[in-house]
Amino acid sequence: MRYLTDRKRAVGKGASGSGTEHYWWMTMSSVALAFLVPTFIFVFGSAIGGTQEEVIAHFARPFPAILTGLVTLVGMRHFAKGAQVMLEDYTQGSLRKGLVILVYSLSYVITALVLYALAKMTFLSIVLNSAN
Amino acid sequence: MVQFTLPKNSKIRVGKTWPRPEGAKNVRKFKIYRWDPDTGENPRVDTYFLDMDRCGPMVLDALLKIKNEIDPTLTFRRSCREGICGSCAMNIDGINTLACIYGLDEIKGDVRIYPLPHMPVVKDLVPDLTLFYAQHASIMPFLQTTTNKPEKEWLQSIEDRKKLDGLYECVMCASCSTSCPSYWWNSDRYLGPAALLHAYRWIIDSRDEATAERLDALEDPFKLYRCHTIMNCAKTCPKGLNPAKAIAEIKKLMVGRHV
Repeated sequence: MRYLTDRKRAVGKGASGSGTEHYWWMTMSSVALAFLVPTFIFVFGSAIGGTQEEVIAHFARPFPAILTGLVTLVGMRHFAKGAQVMLEDYTQGSLRKGLVILVYSLSYVITALVLYALAKMTFLSIVLNSAN
Repeated sequence: MVQFTLPKNSKIRVGKTWPRPEGAKNVRKFKIYRWDPDTGENPRVDTYFLDMDRCGPMVLDALLKIKNEIDPTLTFRRSCREGICGSCAMNIDGINTLACIYGLDEIKGDVRIYPLPHMPVVKDLVPDLTLFYAQHASIMPFLQTTTNKPEKEWLQSIEDRKKLDGLYECVMCASCSTSCPSYWWNSDRYLGPAALLHAYRWIIDSRDEATAERLDALEDPFKLYRCHTIMNCAKTCPKGLNPAKAIAEIKKLMVGRHV
């Protein structure tokens, strides 16, 4: 039992001085993803059914590669920041902090894996082209 | 923080069923939440029957009839009986509203009355609103100026005065805040729709000179940005106001300071 006045409880630690940047980033990335994701689905879909060499060649081209990279970067940042808001809604204390760290780490790992895969496909494509 | 089940001492049990009025033809059933902290018992839902031919048209009329004629221990707040004081806010038929301006004819079937959700209950239909009022006080709901006071009054154009319409009418009944899931989960840090509507009312007031300080005080992921535009506040407001729009306007002003 803490004997805090109602005003003390209402004010708490005061305003953190942040929040708008997060809100604006989520708004901006939502708009960006509204264009990026449908385009990515179309580009990704056009590679389905091809052989491994064809898929590698497809994603080694500048437009699909840059688009995939952008979808991953923007999407994963959007996911992490969105998940942070959700976790702040439904959890508290150390659990909240731990889960936010986990989600951010997951987004970084996925981003790194996709960028690595893209780089590898580009490299492989160059090797395959030079071999032919 | 979100809780998916009620604590053991908050689980509601079936309460007392009071006798039907004798000889009445137009009878309606009322199921009302009851909890008395002095008994130490769990809350219960009592059932009352009223002769609607001898009852006023509003939910508050029915509550007063029950209190006056059937069960004087039934506890609830009421004052003005015309939607101005905000005292009789409660959850009626699943909607947070004012009992004095909510017609019984708007409800189909049994009338279910509970206190405002997710607030500590003082007794029966009386919620503890001390934190809600403190949050309202924390946004400094009064004119703040640094310029010397004018001899007569602070002037305001007709256009600037019109900006306060849809904001000043709020009676602080807490229907909006207690319908907001974000406020349910984080009422310790999120100010809630009512306090933010009042904050915007003073931010947008052309006479107020503390706009920057007011915006600074709201620059926080919880105080302001816990609003996810769920819109329950606008849907439930018994005065027909739109707190969600006021919050969105604050967010636009915040973004305007950055971009």
